[in-house]
Amino acid sequence: MLASTSRTAMNDEGRHSVSFDVHRVRDDFPILKRRIRGRPLVYLDSAASAQKPKAVLDAMQVAQETIYANVHRGVHTLSQEATDAFEAAREKLRAFINAASADEIIFVRGATEGINLVAATYARKFLSAGDEIILSELEHHSNIVPWQLLQAEKGIVIKVAPIDDDGNFLLPAFERLLSPRTRLVAVTHVSNALGTVTPVRAIIEAAHRAGAKVLLDGCQAVPHLAVDMQALDVDFYAFSGHKMYGPTGIGVLYGKKELLATMPPYQGGGEMISTVTFAKSTFKEPPHRFEAGTPAIVEAIGLGAAADYLTALGREAVRAHEQALLAYASQRVSALPGLQIVGRAAEKAAIVSFVMEGVHAHDIGTILDRAGIAVRAGHHCAQPLMERLGLAATARASFGLYNTMEDVDALADALKIVREIFA
Amino acid sequence: MLDELRELYQEVILDHGRSPRNFRRLADPAHHAHGQNPMCGDTLDVYLKLGADGTIEDVAFEGKGCAISMASASLMTETLKGRQITEAERMFDAFHRLCTEESFDAATAGVDEDALERLQVLAGVRAFPVRVKCATLAWHTMKAALEGGATVTTE
Repeated sequence: MLASTSRTAMNDEGRHSVSFDVHRVRDDFPILKRRIRGRPLVYLDSAASAQKPKAVLDAMQVAQETIYANVHRGVHTLSQEATDAFEAAREKLRAFINAASADEIIFVRGATEGINLVAATYARKFLSAGDEIILSELEHHSNIVPWQLLQAEKGIVIKVAPIDDDGNFLLPAFERLLSPRTRLVAVTHVSNALGTVTPVRAIIEAAHRAGAKVLLDGCQAVPHLAVDMQALDVDFYAFSGHKMYGPTGIGVLYGKKELLATMPPYQGGGEMISTVTFAKSTFKEPPHRFEAGTPAIVEAIGLGAAADYLTALGREAVRAHEQALLAYASQRVSALPGLQIVGRAAEKAAIVSFVMEGVHAHDIGTILDRAGIAVRAGHHCAQPLMERLGLAATARASFGLYNTMEDVDALADALKIVREIFA
Repeated sequence: MLDELRELYQEVILDHGRSPRNFRRLADPAHHAHGQNPMCGDTLDVYLKLGADGTIEDVAFEGKGCAISMASASLMTETLKGRQITEAERMFDAFHRLCTEESFDAATAGVDEDALERLQVLAGVRAFPVRVKCATLAWHTMKAALEGGATVTTE
């Protein structure tokens, strides 16, 4: 076999597996037993959405079977219990990202809504024509379009921090973009398309020196890395539940308490008011001010369970396992003839984007699917990035904590079949 | 697994995908439309030159995309050149059915059976439902061009 020796080396390097037994972890994910067209599922699309462990599924089912009612209306027992479980989930998410207070955890539908919330409240209130926002070339559409909507409304200026051809975030070039008019820096923590981990500490420090606030899109970071709001000193941080092994329809916007306190409501309705008269309404304090309407109660409880699950496995053990997968996958994929990895940043999460000479990513995706392998093919909701790289599309294998070295082998074998068909 | 894939990626498709025919922009096309499939980023432009009697005198395309979409566009241009607009429209319907209906019978489609037979190589997409849009993108764009439309999307 092509890479058997190096694979042994990888396993030797990865002795962390003493504490992280991936095969036992896989038993926690019922869907991984599925077969696709008669073959075992090889799920390499966790960056699009991660599969759910039984702990999450059970927490949601038990909540609905035993303590379910609407929250924050609590004269009756069930409502009190549901409220307690919902608020306990908020506390779990606080601990998960080490925020200073649970009041800094706003439940939203996902990172997209989190970013839109900041655009619609903080930025709409405090930014005016000529004020500048800095994004990066790595951004997902969800961290581009909300700012363009605001640009059309307020005449703000959008600047874009560049990357190099390997997908590295160029810190000096970013620093040169900072100006006295920079009000907000909104960049990704980990690129969904390339896996680049951006130098967030340096970005935040430089932005703060320039007097700008920072919003990080943490969607692809929280499944892979331990993140610490207090250590980062970041102002806003948005992430989705379903990419960190939790349910869809729930995510978190973290915001510093002193900033949230200055922000107007996002949506109006129940749950977010103190008093309502036809003359005037007054609003609750954060986080409830930003959570109009009945929230995704069950999903929040499920997300709390996902945070517990990741914490129990050990964030460092998960990271080490995924880094071993990344190293092995990078090596095996790049060794195949005609294959080129897109995104070779110095620091990466376990995402391997690639192109194959003479074969469109979509055709790769179809052939891999026939081998039971799920990958993403396309522009990864990052069209400006694809344009920057001169590509229409890439195929992307994204790894999660449940993937194995055998999954990487299956990918490499199936890519050989792609070559054969297109030979 | 390989049989089904070979059925989809037949030699004709790989050939047309690699070296598409009529892959150029027409200088003064009477009809033009831009097509895109936002899911995968495929884009193509179809150009048509029509005679006074409603004959498609020339048809060409440009674009980038997967093997299926490029091959389908290439085969379409070969198929349509010299035909009447009305027949092109009937072929659009027949091709769509060919890509989606398991029991589709070319003999009942009311179009040139031999021409349809050549397009039969794309019927493999039936086993790959998400790829039907790749095969039909060129045809949707052609239809939009005839109808004077500017942009179509198959999402």
